[in-house]
Amino acid sequence: MDNNVVLTMRGICMTFPGVKALDHVDFTLRKGEIHALMGENGAGKSTLIKCLTGINAFEAGEIRVDGIDGPVVNHSTLDAQKKGISTVYQEVNLCPNLSVAENLFIGREPKTKIGTIDWKTMVKRSQKIVQDLDMDIDVTQNLEEYSLALQQMIAIARAVDMDCKVLILDEPTSSLDDNEVEKLFKLMNQLKAKGVGIIFVTHFLEQVYAVCDRITVLRDGQLVGEYPIEDLPRVKLVAAMMGKDFDDLASIKSDESPVFSDEDILIDAEGMSHKGTIKPFNLQVHKGEVVGLTGLLGSGRSELARVIYGADKNQTGTLKVKGKEVKINAPIDAMKLGMGLLPDDRKAEGIIGDLSVRENIILALQAKRGMFRLLPMSKQIELADKYIDMLQIKTASRETLIKQLSGGNQQKVILGRWLATDPDFLILDEPTRGIDIGTKTEIQKLVLKLAKEGKGIIFISSEIEEMLRTCTKMAVLRDGMKVGEITESLSQETVMKAIAGGDK
Amino acid sequence: MKKKKINSNTLLLIITIVLFVVMYAAGCIVYAGKGFTHLQTFLNVLINNAGLLCVACGMTCIMLTGGIDISVGALIAMDCMFLAVGMERWGMSAPLLCLLVLLIGLVFGLVQGFCVGYLEIQPFIVTMAGMFFARGMTAVISTDQVSISTNQFFVNLANFKLELPFGSYVNSKGVEQIPFIRITVIIALIVLIAIFLMLRYTKFGRSLYAVGGNEISATMMGLDVKKTKLKAYMLSSFICSIGGICYCLNTMSGSVQQALGLEMDAISSAVIGGTLLTGGVGNVIGSFFGVLINGTISTLVKTNGKLLSSWSNIAVAALLCFFIVLQSIFAKIKESKK
Repeated sequence: MDNNVVLTMRGICMTFPGVKALDHVDFTLRKGEIHALMGENGAGKSTLIKCLTGINAFEAGEIRVDGIDGPVVNHSTLDAQKKGISTVYQEVNLCPNLSVAENLFIGREPKTKIGTIDWKTMVKRSQKIVQDLDMDIDVTQNLEEYSLALQQMIAIARAVDMDCKVLILDEPTSSLDDNEVEKLFKLMNQLKAKGVGIIFVTHFLEQVYAVCDRITVLRDGQLVGEYPIEDLPRVKLVAAMMGKDFDDLASIKSDESPVFSDEDILIDAEGMSHKGTIKPFNLQVHKGEVVGLTGLLGSGRSELARVIYGADKNQTGTLKVKGKEVKINAPIDAMKLGMGLLPDDRKAEGIIGDLSVRENIILALQAKRGMFRLLPMSKQIELADKYIDMLQIKTASRETLIKQLSGGNQQKVILGRWLATDPDFLILDEPTRGIDIGTKTEIQKLVLKLAKEGKGIIFISSEIEEMLRTCTKMAVLRDGMKVGEITESLSQETVMKAIAGGDK
Repeated sequence: MKKKKINSNTLLLIITIVLFVVMYAAGCIVYAGKGFTHLQTFLNVLINNAGLLCVACGMTCIMLTGGIDISVGALIAMDCMFLAVGMERWGMSAPLLCLLVLLIGLVFGLVQGFCVGYLEIQPFIVTMAGMFFARGMTAVISTDQVSISTNQFFVNLANFKLELPFGSYVNSKGVEQIPFIRITVIIALIVLIAIFLMLRYTKFGRSLYAVGGNEISATMMGLDVKKTKLKAYMLSSFICSIGGICYCLNTMSGSVQQALGLEMDAISSAVIGGTLLTGGVGNVIGSFFGVLINGTISTLVKTNGKLLSSWSNIAVAALLCFFIVLQSIFAKIKESKK
């Protein structure tokens, strides 16, 4: 093994029922490098990482780690940790019911002489760890008291503190804001200087070019190639990931901005609010209009949508749907009025993992019809096939359990679920988070197509570029309040200014 | 230093303790004439519930992992029957029998824990099978009501009184009454303290919380979830067997109908003490007060004398409702804060 190499994977193969997930994949990680692992959803990135960390068992191939003689096969995360391989996953994998300090140290707690847990040392060391990361938190509080972003930082702090040779960051940035991403990058560079090899999985291309030294691209479970970062400009990277020339994203929206008349008002919210999450706001959505909600994470974007949809109770003001005042007590009322909501936390609020793709697709429609009017099986199959085809959902069959699908494909299934109810008004909360650029474009195109058909859409996303491509109007939120609307001269700059509160 | 926030779990524990104190104080005022104020009344609650306290400690550990163990009542019946028949019919020595009982507990827990941890079967089903098995074995050993009277060692142990140096009083007949506790109380309190320390200061103890908090996360953080579960069920059955010995020392007999529904008393004690059925939250101190509340209710009903004993069930039911509603309100508040 080359002196400079810390990890090699050679000819890794792995099969899921019906799908060849990895087909002779090679991967090499050197000391002190940040190595991006790129690919579309279902390309096999997560699977490869799970093979490395012992969660999945690979069928063929060989893994070698610096300092260990012979091939390495990990049987559990613990195994991998002992060999110096630490991982931070996209979903925060910590225990919310334990204190921050415990989450940092569980499984490797400092011990006193008689072998009991040394709480004092643990708390002291934890305080130092969080201070080093510029986090101002009380380590004795339960983890659940803190925001998702802070939790993610703690997860990273845990992995970093374990003296690892290989650090795997699997989409760690999808719940972080720019400031926190900056902190993370700083940390990554520090580790790099110490000689740690970092595997970085992300969907944000700009982040790849901001920190990485090298890129390995996977497609459909196969290795496309390994490139130094300077040899692979953005367009070529996307082409390598998708296996086709890049469909220019900027050109998907037509240039003429549509004109809406008052008769076309679909949703008219006046002074609606929910205590503690969103202050009173007004919002109008016309037929065929895509309204973007923008603002920093936690500024009340999702909360505004939840109030309209009735997921959080509206406490003041009124809502008119197609000019008629309505009262929504629960999401089922909203559904009956022709609304649909695609939630941002698809794991907790969206998918039902143990049901099949077909069942997940027909779920909302069935709920709308009521329990006693069962959809005939032929109709169910027809619907499922229609949306699998239309959204190009990659699944072994319509009866595959949804939990076996990759993240982006799960998202497509949920989108299909709402399209099946044929809604007039759709709320899409981060529909493209954590999915690859090709699927993103598909979903953006779909949004525009739906708008053209006369549906009203609220689109929520953290990526301003993406919203500029799809929205005709943007509502800006700050600290739980709607602070303005931008309808003209939509550009990155105007939106950023509005979010930051440029009037000062 | 920032002022520490009291989190909702601590608050639940405080409510439990306050409730116990209020309930007991009310009993003292209402039934002062019937001797409720004497220290011995309180000690009797402990003596009568020593076995339950042990079982509740084990149950708390299981519930922390998000599981449940409904085999404990039947296991106690089996233990008692084994002890009684062993001593009375087979003439075996008491210490040896006690050791065997503990061993049986470990093996019993090993099998249940293996099914739950490694075979990933629902704890309810596994321990229900355990319950039927233990209850059935009890009847196989003997269907009679067997009293323990000939084994001098065991009888002495049961009659042993540890007199307390304070709280004595002179009763209406002019005889000085010295408050005392039995050996069972000492055993149960040692178990309580041991489990409390284990939960707080050992890796295994913290693993129980982690597994109950989020199993997937616990795995990802490098904990051995399967082994933790296996150990938890072994611990529960082992402590349950200690409880079985305490129970036997109290009743001095074995019978098929013994300790019926004890598992439910243990679960309700844990829940009243703030342990969540979903796992990850709870403490044996809470369960201790849960047991005390359970015991006090039945003592109150008994002291009253006119009430049907079933009223204590109804009181426990009302309390359970109260605590479950409280827990869900706290959970809602926490959610809305986010």
